[in-house]
Amino acid sequence: MSSGEEEQIPLHIPDAPNRPGDSSSFEPWTWHPNDLKMLKFDCEADETSKHAKGLLRVLDDNGEALGDWNPNLTPEELKLGLEHMVRLRIFDDRMIKMQRTGKLSFYMQSFGEECIAIAQTMALNNKDWIFPTYRQPGAQFVRGRDMVSMICHCIGNVEDNVKGRQMPVHYTYKEGRFISVSSPVGTQFSQAVGVALASKYKNLDEVTITWIGDGASAEGDYHYGLNFASVFKAPVILNVVNNHWAISTHYNIASGSNNFATRGLAYGIPCFRVDGNDFLALYSVTKWARERAKLGFGATHIEILTYRAGAHSSSDDPSRYRPSNEHELWPGGDPIERLKDHLIKNSHWTEKEQKDLEEKIDQEVVSAYKEAVKYGDLANGPYPSSDTIFTEVYESVPWHLKEQWDEMKKWSAE
Amino acid sequence: MVQSINSALDNMLEMDQDVLLFGEDIGYFGGVFRTSDGLQKKFGKHRVFDTPLSEGGIAATAFGMGINGLRPVVEIQFADYIFPAYDQIVNEIAKVRHRSGGEFWCPITIRTPAGGGIRGGHHHSQSPESQFTHTPGLKVVYCSTPYNSKGLLISAIESNDPVIFFEPKRCYRGPFYGDPHNVPTWKNHPEAEVPEDYYKIPIGQGRLVMEGDRCTIIAWGTMVHVAEKAIIDSGISCDLIDLQTLLPWDKEIVINSVKKTGRCVIVHEAPKTSGFGSELSASIQELCFYDLESPIQRITGWDTPFPHTTEWDYMPGTARIIAAIKETQED
Repeated sequence: MSSGEEEQIPLHIPDAPNRPGDSSSFEPWTWHPNDLKMLKFDCEADETSKHAKGLLRVLDDNGEALGDWNPNLTPEELKLGLEHMVRLRIFDDRMIKMQRTGKLSFYMQSFGEECIAIAQTMALNNKDWIFPTYRQPGAQFVRGRDMVSMICHCIGNVEDNVKGRQMPVHYTYKEGRFISVSSPVGTQFSQAVGVALASKYKNLDEVTITWIGDGASAEGDYHYGLNFASVFKAPVILNVVNNHWAISTHYNIASGSNNFATRGLAYGIPCFRVDGNDFLALYSVTKWARERAKLGFGATHIEILTYRAGAHSSSDDPSRYRPSNEHELWPGGDPIERLKDHLIKNSHWTEKEQKDLEEKIDQEVVSAYKEAVKYGDLANGPYPSSDTIFTEVYESVPWHLKEQWDEMKKWSAE
Repeated sequence: MVQSINSALDNMLEMDQDVLLFGEDIGYFGGVFRTSDGLQKKFGKHRVFDTPLSEGGIAATAFGMGINGLRPVVEIQFADYIFPAYDQIVNEIAKVRHRSGGEFWCPITIRTPAGGGIRGGHHHSQSPESQFTHTPGLKVVYCSTPYNSKGLLISAIESNDPVIFFEPKRCYRGPFYGDPHNVPTWKNHPEAEVPEDYYKIPIGQGRLVMEGDRCTIIAWGTMVHVAEKAIIDSGISCDLIDLQTLLPWDKEIVINSVKKTGRCVIVHEAPKTSGFGSELSASIQELCFYDLESPIQRITGWDTPFPHTTEWDYMPGTARIIAAIKETQED
């Protein structure tokens, strides 16, 4: 078809700003620490309109913590946050290597987004509920989950607490109030509102946090969640992680607006747009949202602006659809580097300590990995028993499943 | 099969300006399984485009375009993800012709990769065909080879009724004979010769894959190949029917075969209870009762969620099928 003909067809189909071969650039951020003031916990949605349209940061480009939203964390708290982020990055690297050798079927890394679940979970109480997507596994480190147990799940061995039923990265961790991850995207977002309302009904000091991607925010569940949270004033923190990419589609396919935060205003929910690679800003806004929820003023909606530095998953090859160096140009930089620089600038940390930390975590990951593979892996087994196909489908096994279970045993490869 | 599906889409985009393709990651990227690779570049992004991650939105948009004279071909990235679109498909797309007294209809094709065998766990493995065969107003097709995928897809796109078109993702790159350690490509398979030009296989027509006289095996999707291997290994002479279309299914090919063999084994990946095998079994019993020499057997997935690490104990394999064939031979 000639290009002339194409132009006559008025269907508007957005394309990503940059594709492989294009040179990328992002508009530099204009930001001043006093742009966005601290708000009262009982503020109306309209009072947050600047916070939704602007960008809330605490850490400037030089690693300085500035403005009303500085949470004034102790050096120990900051170092703990840094340690968890480093832990997640090294853990991810190890899992990707194991995936390439067939020890797990599939993997999804959090590269460039380590800060999100870690800073936000640290800002919560331990009894608060976590409704993650597949890119918030870091919350489990904050809640004290044993790394060996996480690896056992990913490699589907006999110690997998999900019993080999779900794909890797579909963690479930009840002790940490971390709900089982589900592949259909977005479903957790509206469910989180129900959990929050149950806590409220029981008159407990519990808040629920949930995340959804920019892509999945096109699913109905996102809108159900906002609406129910608004109507019933649920104690819930509703986050949209805008990392720019839903597999191959840019966020301009997920929404015709380039601001995700302001959507919540129309539902009457206070909204923020936060630098997603800024540990302090994320911590601070989450703490604020928790307090607001606790006091009975309802939900907060947060757009977390970041960039998906890695592939969507181990099955994905982003060099097919985006410039390969784009993440290096992201104005938000790297979340680990930024918190590290902040600590160093304030003389609480040194490059040497950073290197020592990385070595320590590397050892921790290697030894966790070695222990986990003792219980088997996907390439070599042993696997959870095939009996796990039939258990926990129902509370007890009905007759028809008992019959099929017996039949299966005749044929099982075991 | 990836190329043959791509070729069918290519032919139809070329022939009919009203054909549009849309879905998640299908435009620039060409689909997560590459089935629409190169088509946006060839036909323009107003013909082949990415959508928001919203299966309900995709189905509803297809409905609207369909009743307004276009012929949308949409992709649901995995059949497991079709359920947010279920209301639009079951209550709207399937019923609009009837409920509007024939004034409006939707010539839509909904393509979706289905079935297990790729270590996809709960949500990348299901085979939900019977959720749709139970819906009046839909046609349901399940292809199995490069050749039939192209011919059936062209028929589906040309159909003025909505068609749910299942593609067995395990077979995208080769047939699957039940052994995960030995997976061939399509190379040298007789059904892998696919003309570049337009051709059709009618909806509603089954395919006799193997001919025999002792038992009738009915299968679709990946299970056609597993059943073929099982028949060879059993040493028993069987008719193997690849149903191809589940709704409306080919009554003639099934009845003629069962009347000839007097025995029948139905094989599918989906759970047994209310699976499409139940419908076939009931109908065969009604239509061929006096010709049956033994009870009809169903070899299916279990009535449980689809597992990840233990999927080979879930999916019907050759051993179970062989045992069922042998059981039908007992007096």
